[in-house]
Amino acid sequence: MRLIAKLILLIGVSFTVLTVNANSRAEMLTATCIACHGENGNSLGPAIPRLGGMSRNYLLGAMLAFKYEESGQLNAAIESDPDLEDVEAFTRTSTIMDRIAKGYTDNEIKIIADYFSAQELFVGQQEINLVKASSGKKLHEKFCASCHEESGTSSEGDTGILAGQWQPYFLWTMADYLNGSRAMPKKMKIKLQKMIKVSGHESLELLSNYYANVTP
Amino acid sequence: MINNLPRRHFIKYSSASLLAGATGLSIPNIALGAVRKVVVIGGGAGGTIAAKYIKKSDPSIEVTLIESNKTYDTCFMSNEVIGGGRKIESIVHGYDGLKKRSINIVHSTASAIDIDKKTVLTSSGDRFKYDRLIVSPGISLKMDHIDGYDSEATKVMPHAWKAGTQTSLLRKQLLAMNDGGLVILTPPANPFRCPPGPYERVCQIAHYLKHYKPKSKILVIDSKDKFSKQALFMQGWEARYKGMIDWIPGTETGGGVTSVDSTKMIVSTDFDDFNADVANIIPPQQAGDIARLAGLSDRSGWCPVHLGTFESTIHKGIYVIGDASIANGMPKSAYAANSQAKVCAAAVVASINETVMPEPSYVNTCYSLVAPDYGISIAAVYRLSEDQSEIKSVSGGVTANDASPDTLQREVQYAYSWYDNIVADMFA
Repeated sequence: MRLIAKLILLIGVSFTVLTVNANSRAEMLTATCIACHGENGNSLGPAIPRLGGMSRNYLLGAMLAFKYEESGQLNAAIESDPDLEDVEAFTRTSTIMDRIAKGYTDNEIKIIADYFSAQELFVGQQEINLVKASSGKKLHEKFCASCHEESGTSSEGDTGILAGQWQPYFLWTMADYLNGSRAMPKKMKIKLQKMIKVSGHESLELLSNYYANVTP
Repeated sequence: MINNLPRRHFIKYSSASLLAGATGLSIPNIALGAVRKVVVIGGGAGGTIAAKYIKKSDPSIEVTLIESNKTYDTCFMSNEVIGGGRKIESIVHGYDGLKKRSINIVHSTASAIDIDKKTVLTSSGDRFKYDRLIVSPGISLKMDHIDGYDSEATKVMPHAWKAGTQTSLLRKQLLAMNDGGLVILTPPANPFRCPPGPYERVCQIAHYLKHYKPKSKILVIDSKDKFSKQALFMQGWEARYKGMIDWIPGTETGGGVTSVDSTKMIVSTDFDDFNADVANIIPPQQAGDIARLAGLSDRSGWCPVHLGTFESTIHKGIYVIGDASIANGMPKSAYAANSQAKVCAAAVVASINETVMPEPSYVNTCYSLVAPDYGISIAAVYRLSEDQSEIKSVSGGVTANDASPDTLQREVQYAYSWYDNIVADMFA
C-alpha cells in the first residue's frame, strides 16, 4: 500500500482527493446548521439570525462564546490558539446554541465560520415601517456608523452585519446587551447607553426598521 | 462496500481504485457516461432532503422521489393545529420546489423492491431501476396491538400520528366536546415517532380546554414510566394547566391501554375501564410497510443500518433513513431524519463516484410548545462512535428547568423559525 500511496503522490491524484474532501467536510458540518439557519446561512425564520456574509472572526467569536460561555475559559481558548489571535470574543447568552456549540471542536468551528463567511449577505422579506426606518437612519449615523460602516452592511473590523438582519433577532440582541447578558466592546457600551438616554428605548425599534431596510 | 469500512481502510481502497482508474486497470462508472440512478422512497423529512442533497452534490445523478401523496402534512407543528393555534393549511407542502431542482417526482406508492434487479415497483405498475436506493418511509402503526383498535376505530378514536385528516378529526372532536368532558390520550411504548410529541399534544389540548372548556380534564394513560423532557413538561403542566392533567405511568396500569371499544367510547387497561369523550389512541409503531415488505427490518420491526452511511446491514446498495431506521443513539424526529438524510446523501454520492465521504456529523433539535408563550427544546450534536456501533451524543440537553419567562417565550419564536427553515430545506 505504501508504494501505491507514493505513486499516487507522484502522479498528483491524491491532491485532487484531498481538495474534494475539504469541501465536502465543510458541507457535512454546515449541513447540520442549515435546517435551522437556512441555506447558505440565510435564515427564513425571523427569530433565527442570518449568518451569510458575516466575517470569519465575528462567526468564530460567536461560536466560541456559545461554546465556552464563561469569559475566563473563552479568553484562554482564544489565547492558546495563534490562529484565533484576531478574534475578539464577548460572552453571550443563548437559549440553545450553548448546548449545540459544545459539540464541535475549535477546528470544526473554524471550518463552519469559513463556510458561512464566504456566503452572500441576504437582505429582504421583512415588513418595514419607512417612517421609523428614516428616523433609524439618523440614529445609526449618530451612534453606530463609526463602527458599523457602510450603512451596517460592512463587517469591517469584524462587527456584526446589521443590514438585512431579522428585526426580532436584532431587538432581542439589543435587549441582551442592555441587560448585561451579552458583553460588548467599551465603545459600543458608551454609545448605546448614550443613545438610550437621549432617544429612549424606542430608538432600538427605529434602528431595527432602518437596518432591515438597507440594501447593500 | 467501501463506505462501510473504517476510515483508514477506505482511504486505502479509494487510492487504489483511483490508481487503477488512472492506469486503465478498471474504468470507474463515471467514465462510461452511464446515467447513475438513485431512487428515494418517501417524500417526508428524510426522503426530500436525501433527494435534494444528492442532486445538489452531483447534478449528473438522476434522482427519482416516489411519494404516495401529492402534498405532505408535516407532523411537526401539527399539535398546534389540534390546539387551535395554527390552521392545517400552514403545515401542508408540495413538491414543486424539488421538481424545479430536476428531481423526478412520482406520485405513486412503492409496492415492492426487486432486490436482484435493483428495481422499485409502484402500485400504478411502473418500474424504476436504481443503482442506489434510499428508503425513507417513516412509520407504520401496529394496528393489531390494541384489541378493538382497527382502521375503523381510528375514525372514532383518532391516532393523529400521521398528520392530515387524522389531525383535523381530533381537532373537530375537541371542538364538538362539551365542557366538562374527558379527553383520554394513550402514548405508546418506545421506540416511536417523536418522543416528546404526545406530551406536547397534552399541552396543546389543555391550552384549548383551559380557554374554551375549563371544566374538562385530560387523562394520559401511558405505556411507559418516563418520557422525553418529562421534568420540563410536568413543570409546564403545573405552571399552566394545574389540576387539568392526570398522567398515569405504565406500572400503575400494567403497561397502558390494552383494548378499546370505539362504539361505547371505552378505553381499557388490564385493571380499569375509562369512559372517554374524546380518545386519542397512539398505537405502537414499526418501520413503514415497504421497508418491512422488502426485508429491510429485523425482528424489532425497524431497519438495522451502518450508522456512518445508513446503508442497510441486510441489503447492500439500499439505505434506510429517518424513523424507519435503527439510528442507535438518535431519536425518531424530523430534525434527526434531516441530519441522517444529509449523511446518507454524502455516503451515496461517494459510493457512486467511488470517492471518500467526509466524517459524518449529526444533529437533532426539537422544540415543544407548552403554551403560546412557553416553549422548551432538546438538542444534541452527535459523532459516530469509534467502533461505529452508536451515534453518540457529544453535547446537548434540554432547556434549563429554571429558564426565565423571556427564554421560554423566545423558544416559541425559535420553534416557529426552526419550522420555516426546516420546511424550506425540505421543499424549496
